[in-house]
Amino acid sequence: MIAVGGTPEIMGLRREDGVQFGIFSVGDVTPDPTNGRLPSEHERIEAMVTLALKAEDVGLDVFASGEHHNPPFVPSSPTTMLGYIAARTTRLILSTATTLITTNDPVKIAEDYAMLQHLAGGRVDLMLGRGNTAPVYPWFGQDIRNGIPLAIENYALLRRLWREDVVSWTGRFRTPLEAFTSAPRPLDGVPPFVWHGSIRSPEIAEQAAYYGDGFFANHIFWPAEHTRRMVGLYRERFEHYGHGSADQAIVGLGGQVFMRPSSQDAVREFRPYFDNAPVYGHGPSLEEFMAETPLTVGSPQQVIDRTLEFRTYAGHYQRQLFLIDHAGLPIKTVLEQLDMLGEEVVPVLRKEMNIGRPADVPEAPTHASLLAARDSGTPSVVGESPS
Amino acid sequence: MTTRTLAVIAAGLTQPSSTRLLADRLAAATETELSRLGIEHRTTVIDLRQHGRDVMNNLLAGFPTSQLKAVVDTVAGADGLIAVTPIFNASYSGLFKSFVDILDERSLVDKPVLIAATGGTARHSLALEHALRPLFVYLHAVVVPTSVYAAPEDWAGGPDPNGGGPLTAPLHRRVGRAARELAVSMSQREPRPAADPFALTTSFSDLVAGS
Repeated sequence: MIAVGGTPEIMGLRREDGVQFGIFSVGDVTPDPTNGRLPSEHERIEAMVTLALKAEDVGLDVFASGEHHNPPFVPSSPTTMLGYIAARTTRLILSTATTLITTNDPVKIAEDYAMLQHLAGGRVDLMLGRGNTAPVYPWFGQDIRNGIPLAIENYALLRRLWREDVVSWTGRFRTPLEAFTSAPRPLDGVPPFVWHGSIRSPEIAEQAAYYGDGFFANHIFWPAEHTRRMVGLYRERFEHYGHGSADQAIVGLGGQVFMRPSSQDAVREFRPYFDNAPVYGHGPSLEEFMAETPLTVGSPQQVIDRTLEFRTYAGHYQRQLFLIDHAGLPIKTVLEQLDMLGEEVVPVLRKEMNIGRPADVPEAPTHASLLAARDSGTPSVVGESPS
Repeated sequence: MTTRTLAVIAAGLTQPSSTRLLADRLAAATETELSRLGIEHRTTVIDLRQHGRDVMNNLLAGFPTSQLKAVVDTVAGADGLIAVTPIFNASYSGLFKSFVDILDERSLVDKPVLIAATGGTARHSLALEHALRPLFVYLHAVVVPTSVYAAPEDWAGGPDPNGGGPLTAPLHRRVGRAARELAVSMSQREPRPAADPFALTTSFSDLVAGS
């Protein structure tokens, strides 16, 4: 069934809670280090879809897919996958982590995500990122050394394509446009909300702040102090550009968890996956990585306690995405993680994270809230560049 | 008078280490020269061996532990740097290069640097000129003209062939000359402001305008 847009009830505004919870998937095809079994691409793609559907079943709010154009990753075509998931879900917000704003044609992003908005009834936002795989740039006609200028120019064009019916444009990186109309137009004339993801580039925090967009700190590969500084910079500049006070900026954080009822079991089971993980395997020990980054391997209560600490350095934030399905973990195990997230962790976090949350800290914008803000004539504090 | 900071990195692998011994001699001589110039100073000596695992983990995981971060910040924030490595296979040691590789590429720009090395034979002394000097020049450091190499026989001391006493042995004189050059170079620069990796170097309107 395709959900059709228009009314808030079916478009993701459903709880009084302030924080959205979800999962983000890199989509890596990695052998299971405990038995050497390598899933096929087909199996991995189906597993991602299964996870997304299950995420809705257990009461999570968001599923975000990575975008990659090199093995061992499968998700090269996120809107195809998200469109399929949209047809099989009714509440789940579909997002990306991240959409490559550097090597994708901004015209194609404008078209693809507007189309997805229509199919998903507005349950769509996206997170833009640069991508750090050097060869991907030339494969798409670009140069990684232009990463930041590409992100800046392409996004400026993307915004115009969604907000202006007819666009004439010239720039440095793309062929000029004369009297171009991107179709379909965004659902209800409201472009998808945009997050900007960056691990270490202050320019991207600045970009998010300038436009009043969301800022997503990947968080999972770096120490808390680093995330504190990046989020703090974004909040300070969000206020500087007049979108609201610093604590009203729209912040998302990554997290990485592995749970079993007993923490000893969790550590024992997860260790081989950690030790052989593509990104950090064969480096720091699990214990060192847990001490230095938000990775939490333990009981659901430990995950709750750790996640509640994020606010102490990132402030009250709007979206929490967990990475749970990488490094060769079998789908059965990952689905068990989702059960625990949905049954034991997220309900508590929803409640706890509302305690002490100031009334003027907004929720993450949804299609419904952006539409309502526009129709009521209230200028939205987010999503619009300074005039 | 503002205090200048001197960072000393020693990449020796053994304990005790002749590389550390040379580093200490260079540090002491530089402190003497800074005092002579009337410059207050504070020195931090870093034995890279103590951070060996953290350095490799940083290369693999992409970020430093908090302990290593403090070391990296010390080097980045220093007004002068003494870098001493053993020479292995005609170049700097792997540990030494790995540490340099985790520094932010901007952290040595315009920083006075004294390069020095130890080795099993004097035949390797030019590794300083063909390996270390280009490395630091690449990073836009200001490498002082005198580099210091200590072969085993240099520790013998003994009378200067030119008739001076034991303390005027060639290594001693060379240490003194390099230290003077480093101290003068440090004195010619304003104290280094704390680096801010989160600082924007251009305004967003310039970014949007494509400049």
